[in-house]
Amino acid sequence: MTMIFGVPLAVFMGQLMLGLINGAFYALLSLGLAVIFGLLKIVNFAHGAQYMLGAFAALLGAQYLGINYWLALLLVPLVVGAFGALLERLVLRRIAHLDHLYGLLLTFGLALIFEGSLINLFGVSGASYPVPEALAGGIKLPFMFLPTYRGWVLVAALVVCLGTWFIIERTRLGAYLRAGTENPALMQAFGVNVPLLVTLTYGFGVALAAFAGVLAAPLYPVSPTMGSSLLIVVFAVVVIGGMGSILGAILTGLAMGLIEGLTKVYYPEAANTVIFLVMIMVLMLRPAGLFGKEA
Amino acid sequence: MTSVMNATRSPHGISTSSDEAICLAGVNAFYGESHILHGVDLRVKRGELVTLLGRNGAGRSTTLKTIMNMVGSRSGSIVINGQETLGMKPHHIPRLGVGYCPEERGIFASLDVEENLLLPPTVRSGGMSLDDIYGMFPNLYERRRSQGTRLSGGEQQMLAMARILRTGADILLLDEITEGLAPVINQALAEVLVTLKSRGMTIVLVEQNFRFAAPLADRHFVMEHGRIIDTIEAADLDARRDDLNALLGV
Ligand SMILES: Nc1ncnc2c1ncn2[C@@H]1O[C@H](COP(=O)(O)OP(=O)(O)OP(=O)(O)O)[C@@H](O)[C@H]1O
Ligand SMILES: [Mg+2]
Repeated sequence: MTMIFGVPLAVFMGQLMLGLINGAFYALLSLGLAVIFGLLKIVNFAHGAQYMLGAFAALLGAQYLGINYWLALLLVPLVVGAFGALLERLVLRRIAHLDHLYGLLLTFGLALIFEGSLINLFGVSGASYPVPEALAGGIKLPFMFLPTYRGWVLVAALVVCLGTWFIIERTRLGAYLRAGTENPALMQAFGVNVPLLVTLTYGFGVALAAFAGVLAAPLYPVSPTMGSSLLIVVFAVVVIGGMGSILGAILTGLAMGLIEGLTKVYYPEAANTVIFLVMIMVLMLRPAGLFGKEA
Repeated sequence: MTSVMNATRSPHGISTSSDEAICLAGVNAFYGESHILHGVDLRVKRGELVTLLGRNGAGRSTTLKTIMNMVGSRSGSIVINGQETLGMKPHHIPRLGVGYCPEERGIFASLDVEENLLLPPTVRSGGMSLDDIYGMFPNLYERRRSQGTRLSGGEQQMLAMARILRTGADILLLDEITEGLAPVINQALAEVLVTLKSRGMTIVLVEQNFRFAAPLADRHFVMEHGRIIDTIEAADLDARRDDLNALLGV
């Protein structure tokens, strides 16, 4: 049997794969946070809850409306994203002129409300969402066994991340977003409806979180608290990558997943803390983050 | 008489005729608690080029920002192309045909030169095409793939001007476009302004560089402490040169 530094290849690759999949979720979520932070300057503490809402919407949609996985993957981000847009329009906008700390507190409060309401309705234990039939089973690779659904999650997350990167960095709409991030007042003086851009951007960021939630539903127990524990790690990822950069959010997310996976192989005790150690190191050496612009 | 028939009455009871591109009447502007403009009256006819002169802090930039609704709050009457704009949202004002070039130029660092050029949405038909613009500013063509803020100061100034020419705006509000530029570039900018004026554009020029502005303008408004304290027609300029120097403190 092939060994990598004293670990069987299959085990090594298996953990790497798990790490990469976690990393894909980190990437999707920190990407949404970065997009929202760029234009709204708000640290969206409701992001984890919105991810959870995505998973729950898929679960409830399947139970009560018979919506299958594929339809959910399309519909849930739209519905939850529209809900996010509404939230921006009706709630966040009212405090947009205040210190951004208030936005953080408000979204934190919203997260607690979403979580609390769902705990009240469904309890904390969590339910499982079936893997879609077409993606059941696995693929035997020369060095490991890859469950098809995990492979799919990786591909889907990467496609959405790169698609988002493309829209933001290479299209006219993305140019509006980048310019609005830099100087919203001037954008408005050019005739761009910046308040609408803000609403749509928040909605889009929330839709990304909901998409991640649907992807996650067949992998992890769907429970009201599934987002809050993940969000803490995602914030660490964002701090490491730096808030400024879209590609930075994606790459850091994947890299941190991998580092976590590797740690699980060689020193499992540290697997849950390694990202925070990296965060502390980055904060000391490069406070603006790996991809952030130095202030 | 057509000018009477076309006259409308603004809320302040001042008649504005249709040959006026911009008409400010009794305009006050505030940044938070600070009251910056105090009853500014300003009329600019279609196709005219006027300047706003004054010492630092006189309120010239604030006047342009007030027209664009970029200040904290404003009152009075601001009629643009015949429409009262006091209650309008900031993003509706450019759509009346107004192009604004801010004092700090406002080139976007996260966009390349061509993206900067293409950024402001078209507000009217009849704007210059990208080819026209590159013809007028060959430097921008050569550097179209560079990051916007990597351009030299003069090139950034040209970019800030060029991008509002594309939009079809026929009223241009230009804030200190010659600031810190070499004389040759100023010469080129002056030629651009002459060309634009000959095409019938209305231009409000905020300038420190009076030698640049004097030969171009139809009229000069002198500001102090947020008020217009004098208006000098181009024809009277020579006779009133001493007055003007005293007002500007030069
Ligand atoms: N954002 C702001 N908040 C508060 N006060 C401001 C703001 N911008 C300008 N002011 C004040 O308004 C007054 C007029 O400023 P403005 O920028 O209009 O002057 P200006 O005539 O353009 O002069 P300059 O030569 O400095 O450009 C100044 O006293 C300035 O301190
Ligand atoms: Mg000024």
